[in-house]
Amino acid sequence: MTTATPVIEVKNLTKRYRDTLAVDDVSFTIEKDTIYGLLGRNGAGKTTVMSILTAQNFATSGDVRVFGERPYENARVLERLCFVRESQKYPDDALAKHAFGAARLFFRNWNEELARQLIEDFQLPMKTRIKKMSRGQLSAVGVIIGLAARAEITFFDEPYLGLDAVARQIFYDRLLEDYTEHPRTVILSSHLIDEVANIIERVLVIDRGRIIMNEETDAVRNRAANIVGDANAVDTFVRGREVLHRESLGHVASVTVLGALTAEDRERLAAAGLDVAPVSLQQLIVRTTQHAAARAAASDEGALR
Amino acid sequence: MIEEGRALFLQIAESVEDAIIDGSLAEEAQAPSTNELAAFYRINPATAAKGVAMLADKGVLYKRRGIGMFVAPGARELLLRERRAAFADRFVDPLLAEARKLGLTPDDLAQLVRDRASAPAATTEGNVR
Repeated sequence: MTTATPVIEVKNLTKRYRDTLAVDDVSFTIEKDTIYGLLGRNGAGKTTVMSILTAQNFATSGDVRVFGERPYENARVLERLCFVRESQKYPDDALAKHAFGAARLFFRNWNEELARQLIEDFQLPMKTRIKKMSRGQLSAVGVIIGLAARAEITFFDEPYLGLDAVARQIFYDRLLEDYTEHPRTVILSSHLIDEVANIIERVLVIDRGRIIMNEETDAVRNRAANIVGDANAVDTFVRGREVLHRESLGHVASVTVLGALTAEDRERLAAAGLDVAPVSLQQLIVRTTQHAAARAAASDEGALR
Repeated sequence: MIEEGRALFLQIAESVEDAIIDGSLAEEAQAPSTNELAAFYRINPATAAKGVAMLADKGVLYKRRGIGMFVAPGARELLLRERRAAFADRFVDPLLAEARKLGLTPDDLAQLVRDRASAPAATTEGNVR
């Protein structure tokens, strides 16, 4: 399913808002028919990147190609994209059916049957004005459009706000089901990393305008481990390894180290009486982001001195 | 069912292997498809495909063109050999390490294993409660 055909190519993309650098010289490619997780903290630059890729915002500098072309005012490209924004605005008197009617006209792969199925799944009221809908119902409108559009590239920018756990599970299940039958490129931005960890084939982490991780999700799963036990023994073991995080309670330490553990590592750990605990994707990304922030702070200090 | 910290494709492959080892998936039977595995475990189909491909590389599954993947003859024997070879590392070593920590000698351990193995099923049930 992984093909080496890029559908999006970004080179040296920079976006500056007055004195804020929102996207800082970023380069990456997005492969065809792959589900990506675009992860990062609030304000990291996720929405800015997605807006630029969908021509809803301008780059300060850099080159963006979607299906090999520049997306700006390019109908050939834009009709093949669907961007589900977190804060999508609809006309004041619009009902959900109006939004779906417009989507049906715009997206050439629109599937009415899937839309109907999803409306039922999410129990979306069809006679309520969108303006009067709850946050969850509003999110459901976006999710239904994003899925039923079957666009060649679909961006979901935190599509689940206000959706309860059941509704989110419906979204994940329907996304996987429909993707399996109709492979396409999906870029899903989410804070609920552990919920999407098994769905996304590749993980793209953005932090303060820079990409700090762009990898196959499965390859990242055993990338780090928590070593727990007597602080001295832990410190001896982690010496020379990249430590992402350390905490201690009395003489017990818990240290998150980067790098898959070898069989010899595990023997050494067992012999030293140390425990190894797995690190979830969410923990790994939190630790990696914190680690990157600490390093950046340290180098800033160095520059000041 | 899925655990953290290990590659998913390995876990998917292991789940198929387990079914072959316990006989619920017989040799020459059709193996679950990539899409069935993806739907059942709620994972990305590309990841499931990687697990299936690994089993095919290992000779556990083979492809019948246009139909799907099937369990290869001799697959169970191959997997049993592989699992038995890994048994000491995976199960005996941690057992010994914990025993040592608790001051149990290897002889104590052997005795314990014999006792538990010959105990009637009721005892185990009692412990679950």
